[in-house]
Amino acid sequence: MTDVPQDLKYTKEHEWVRVDGDVATVGITHYAQDQLGDVVFVELPEKGASVRQHSSFGVVESVKAASDVYAPVSGEVVERNVKVIESPELVNKAPYAEGWLLRVRLSDRSELGGLLSAGDYKGHIGE
Amino acid sequence: MSDLLRTPLYDEHVALGGKMVPFAGWEMPIQYPTGIVAEHRTVRGAVGVFDLSHMGELWFRGDGALAAVDRLVSSDIAGLEVGQARYGLLTNERGTIVDDVISYRTAPHEVLMVVNASNREKDVAHVTAHLGPGVELEDASGETALIAVQGPRAAVVLSTVTDLEDRDASIERLPGFGVTSGRVGGVRATVARTGYTGEDGFEVFVPWERAAGPWSRLLAAGASAAIRPIGLGARDTLRLEARFSLYGNEIDETTDPIEAGLAWTCHLDKDFVGRDAILAKKQAGPSRRIVGLVVEGGVARHGFPVVSKGEVVGAVTSGTFGPTVEKNIALAYVPTALSKVGTALAVRIRDRDVPATVVRTPFYRRST
Repeated sequence: MTDVPQDLKYTKEHEWVRVDGDVATVGITHYAQDQLGDVVFVELPEKGASVRQHSSFGVVESVKAASDVYAPVSGEVVERNVKVIESPELVNKAPYAEGWLLRVRLSDRSELGGLLSAGDYKGHIGE
Repeated sequence: MSDLLRTPLYDEHVALGGKMVPFAGWEMPIQYPTGIVAEHRTVRGAVGVFDLSHMGELWFRGDGALAAVDRLVSSDIAGLEVGQARYGLLTNERGTIVDDVISYRTAPHEVLMVVNASNREKDVAHVTAHLGPGVELEDASGETALIAVQGPRAAVVLSTVTDLEDRDASIERLPGFGVTSGRVGGVRATVARTGYTGEDGFEVFVPWERAAGPWSRLLAAGASAAIRPIGLGARDTLRLEARFSLYGNEIDETTDPIEAGLAWTCHLDKDFVGRDAILAKKQAGPSRRIVGLVVEGGVARHGFPVVSKGEVVGAVTSGTFGPTVEKNIALAYVPTALSKVGTALAVRIRDRDVPATVVRTPFYRRST
């Protein structure tokens, strides 16, 4: 069984979002990291870059393959997870905690309404 | 995946949680739940078992068997003693590579050739077209399962479930590239000290329908040695760290042994199919060569362009993160002038030129 925390929002492309005020923390789901396998490389935009909802903002690579990561929300990158660039395996070990990827200052809160709930996401991955 | 073939160990893989994927027409485990990196490290540090039953086994029998295989394969097969094996290439008249194979002299007039699954039918046609007199070819691929036991603890684990026919012989004393016969897990087997991981290890050929017995016995016997089943994902990272060629990546019918860095497999003072063409290529010198690359900042993959001073000069044949060397490593064809160790190149990864340096290979060599 894959882990799908109740308090997060999700995308069909297997990213998660945790909103705190006007900042959203973004990562990939437990299911996504399990499908990818051992993550060995993470490429993320720098602080100050802007990301657009549904557009690719980075890449997570496993031994097997590279996978684009899509922004669940639009906004400005206020922080990227430097630890995950140094230790990509954090994405596997703690996808919802130390394995987060970006913090984004939301430019359009209404985008959050289009994201999946935990229940919807579980349905999407067939659980 | 209904058209895909299954090995006799398919149910074992599913029970072990193997992630089954299509490979060369077969449904094979790419990894088990612990993942590729853990499997890779298991083989480097302990022992792993692989199901290679998809690979092809061709038997050559008769007075002319040894000479016939010697005519087909680039390496010195006529010089094999009974009980010895050798890596080599099947090449065509153009001097390019039809397959890479291991030939085992199992008896005075008997040679077993192990070929890649994806090439088996092509190889049979090629071999048949060039077969000399006094030899019969049997394609036993459908009746022969192959289990590899690889890693520093391979000999210890295999010996506990093996009885060799020759009572004076032992698994521990079987020399590298030696081949013998006996029973493994109670099942009649051909046992060879060969593999493709860069570690000590063995390959065990058993009858197709009885393969599950030795497989389970090996896993049980190896439990205290931390044995694990290993999928194709780790098989690839292991062979790449050891700089072993993969057919379809480094070598195919558009590449020759000289540029592929496989001149050492070519015994050019004998006659074999493709010998004259290979000799000519050797004398002319290759215009491109396979090099090892360490890539800084991204994983190079098969087909990615290799760049020098902004210009595409070659292509990556295989690339991965090497779990033991802990670097992003790749093999690539580059112009001979750019093949020297230390040459600064780049690999174009998603439209970005990422620095890469030509390094000495193999990337990994086991300490002996």
